Amino acid sequence: MEKDILLEIKQLHKSYDDRTVLDGIDLQVHKGEVVVILGPSGCGKSTLLRCINGLEPIQSGEISLDGQSISSAGTQWHLVRQKIGMVFQSYDLFPHITILENILLGPLKVQKRSREEARRQAETLLERIGLLDRKNAYPRQLSGGQKQRVAIVRALCMNPEVMLFDEVTAALDPEMVREVLDVMLGLAKQGMTMVIVTHEMGFARAVADKVVFIDEGKIVEESNAELFFTDPKTDRAKQFLNIFNFDEEKG
Amino acid sequence: MNFGFIVQSLPLYWKAAQLTLTISVWAIALSLLVGFLCSLAIYYRVRVLKSIVKVYIEFSRNTPSLIQLFFLYYGLTQIGLKLEAELCAVAGLTFLGGSYMAEAFRSGLEAVGKTQIESGLSIGLSRAQLVRYVIFPQAFSVSMPALEANAIFLMKETSIVSAVALPDLMFVAKDLIGMYYSTTEALTLLVLFYLLLLLPVSLLLSALERKVRYGQFGN
Repeated sequence: MEKDILLEIKQLHKSYDDRTVLDGIDLQVHKGEVVVILGPSGCGKSTLLRCINGLEPIQSGEISLDGQSISSAGTQWHLVRQKIGMVFQSYDLFPHITILENILLGPLKVQKRSREEARRQAETLLERIGLLDRKNAYPRQLSGGQKQRVAIVRALCMNPEVMLFDEVTAALDPEMVREVLDVMLGLAKQGMTMVIVTHEMGFARAVADKVVFIDEGKIVEESNAELFFTDPKTDRAKQFLNIFNFDEEKG
Repeated sequence: MNFGFIVQSLPLYWKAAQLTLTISVWAIALSLLVGFLCSLAIYYRVRVLKSIVKVYIEFSRNTPSLIQLFFLYYGLTQIGLKLEAELCAVAGLTFLGGSYMAEAFRSGLEAVGKTQIESGLSIGLSRAQLVRYVIFPQAFSVSMPALEANAIFLMKETSIVSAVALPDLMFVAKDLIGMYYSTTEALTLLVLFYLLLLLPVSLLLSALERKVRYGQFGN
């Protein structure tokens, strides 16, 4: 991967009171790369995403985007966050406004773009996920999978440089998981830079360029996706992957 | 029923109703303002101010409104502070209503989940924009029914201002009973006039509530 480094994390430490959550994380994400972060519950992978987006303060270390530090005290988060799209587990569309207004809120109020131009982009994106006809519906009228796809579009419409996905299918019914993952696969194909936290192993293998395996706040293993799933180096990763393999063991 | 008495009394009631309405409007408007500011102090955990507000709320809600009014009107003269009866009435009702409105606003603000706030921040909204476009609209629609109930409650509670000699509806009714002993007629008119004042307000607020809460909630 000879492309430029878009996101770089150096020696990131994060703790709540006296409990260490992230303990010296080093990570590089290149332009156009899809990085999947795996690890057991509570290992700190979601916290890592939240630190990148400034939703959690960090104790030490450095995070930079496009070569600019975004972890210093004076970081203008409302500017940085325009470049970092984030999608959450619980979708969190704004319930009091329509789908279209949800998507347009950022472009209009934060980026001060013209309504006409932003609406055109929003409608193009909605069409791509097959929900253009629901643009005037309210979030409560949509299914979980539809809401999550809209949440992705809401982040995309800000034209971010990198997208963060925090267990975006974890709250969905099984039959709705696929439609959301398909949208993300489509994004990867278009060359979007993505950092994904997920428990969907098959999806992780299909979408990832690089897999980062975290346990107890440390990166235990970091490798090419295919290599990670076929030949994990560490015992901890082998053990973790085995949990997901009960189908094969049985048959 | 003494219909002659009723017809003769109507202009007196009409005039008193205007006073009741005026005091109500002022008391409700100021209570909303006081309540709103108090709820912000609690929601944003403003140091010192938050504690003062909490003491005020407990004080206001756990003492009888009539006694609050007496205190303002008669009690404060001891320290050389003499308020006009009208001012006293509005101040007393605001003291009472402010705490109820504060609790109504606060419950709305607290109903807006943390994830909504993070979701707003993640699309780059500033703190002020977050409040304006995400928190307030949702909080307000949660608070609306309680605010409405408080407004109606305050209008009815204006009947205590007769105790500081303001000629409101209650005062006129008591006066007429004292002078003419037409108790049934005077009280019937009193009930009807309150109904006349409150019913339109009730209906108006219900309509407003439906409008504000449209398209709201439910995942």
